[in-house]
Amino acid sequence: MSSTALFGYCGAVLVGLGLYGLITRAEVLRKILSFNVLGSGVFLLFGVFARRGAAAGLGADPVPQALVITGIVVAFSATALAVALLVRLNKETGQIVVAPDDSEESGEQGATR
Amino acid sequence: MRLALDIITVVLVSAGGFFFMAGTIGLLRFPDTLTRLHALTKVDNLGLGLIVFGLLPQVESRLGALKLIVIWLLVQMSGAIVSQLIAQAVRRSGRQT
Amino acid sequence: MTLVFACEVVLAGLLVAIATWTIVARTAFAAIVLFMVYGLLLAIVWVALSAVDVALTEAAIGGGVTSMLLMGAATRLRAPTTPVADVGLPLRIAAGLLCALVTVVLGAVVFFLPDVAPTLAPVAKDNLAASGLGNPVAAVLFVFRALDTLLEKVVLLLALVGVWSLASDEAWGGVPGLPVYARPGRILVFLAQILPPIGIIVGIYMFWAGASQPGGAFQGGTILAAVWLLTMMARLQDVPAINARWLRLLLVVGPTAFLAIGLAGFFIADSFLAYPPGIAKPLIIVVEATLTLSIGVTLALLVAGPPERLPQR
Repeated sequence: MSSTALFGYCGAVLVGLGLYGLITRAEVLRKILSFNVLGSGVFLLFGVFARRGAAAGLGADPVPQALVITGIVVAFSATALAVALLVRLNKETGQIVVAPDDSEESGEQGATR
Repeated sequence: MRLALDIITVVLVSAGGFFFMAGTIGLLRFPDTLTRLHALTKVDNLGLGLIVFGLLPQVESRLGALKLIVIWLLVQMSGAIVSQLIAQAVRRSGRQT
Repeated sequence: MTLVFACEVVLAGLLVAIATWTIVARTAFAAIVLFMVYGLLLAIVWVALSAVDVALTEAAIGGGVTSMLLMGAATRLRAPTTPVADVGLPLRIAAGLLCALVTVVLGAVVFFLPDVAPTLAPVAKDNLAASGLGNPVAAVLFVFRALDTLLEKVVLLLALVGVWSLASDEAWGGVPGLPVYARPGRILVFLAQILPPIGIIVGIYMFWAGASQPGGAFQGGTILAAVWLLTMMARLQDVPAINARWLRLLLVVGPTAFLAIGLAGFFIADSFLAYPPGIAKPLIIVVEATLTLSIGVTLALLVAGPPERLPQR
């Protein structure tokens, strides 16, 4: 197993871990953390593909690396928006989870708005 | 000459690693926050300093060596100030851990 | 099994262990601290994969600003009135099976990768000299796939508009609710006085050196954002109201300059976002400089959050 493949398997495990945390943690903040772990696992897989494309004197293929840099910044902006939504949700309702919709309740709320 | 420099590097970096380990054991085993901060500053100052000095013979240019030393000084400063802030917060909150 | 490979095995194992601990940690504070450690370890992994630009970005944005954002949110969240019900065991088992399946499939993809990897490195290397840059990742970001970078900058601004739109009606256009120290101690003020000049030099240097060495506008802009946030939190500067004209000007100068140079490409070069040979490098430097400034301001405002009060006159 080469070191690149090792980090590829590591990225696959991180994707699985992040997905598990995203599904099973009820609190929104923990879901955001798991989403970031999931995203970084995907970026790690990109990095493995970049490293395998080393040629022409470069250490790695620069195109997937540039895509990962773009991805990290976009993931941060998505996290910032999610955190702002969470803080606002908490301020309005005092909850830190997104409660499952009860069809009667949402119908009532729709009527009063 | 090369061999002597490599030996210096290995010895100093190993000594720095030993201080890192000592600081980590302190972090895990000491009873409360203030003593753990005390253990961690050993890591910042001595551990990182020994590693930086151990890496200096391996650097090609003077500018690179200067950058390494500046990194060490920055980590020391931020570590010292953050330790003070954490200790103040612990003092103010009254908790012990 | 060489020594380097053994170190990499330990690093990968540590990474997976810290990620697991982040997911299963009991308190949100512990999870966020562990996420910060995870981000920094991941930066080392990026260096091991010969991706130093990505390592800088991951350490700055992933391990730095994201953790700061999450920590600020964790301190602002009030504890829920009703206890949080945990997910039941059947769902956990089903989710575990699904995630194990995803992991196995991805691992199989990595295992069955062809021996000779398709790569764009030779193409990038050949066209690198024409762009005048020395850093191939910077060339990909600002020359070969400049449209991606322009759209990414616009996405950052859209996220900021989304965050601002969460303000309540009374606080519209007001001051963001960045958690600041009520009475900053002398030592915090000392840090906030001594670190920003160093941070500004490092940030500008990282953008400037990014043309020929690992670095770039995003990494430098993040450092500028970090030191600005430090001065705001130590109350050496007030958090600005978001309808301040200078603030909005700084936010848009980056993407506007990028878009203008891109549109000028219709007239002075072949197409949108094409650079005329000869003045490609100065144009790219102008784009990167304005982008660094805009990214710094945008990231700091994303961390500061939506407005919560009107500025006191």
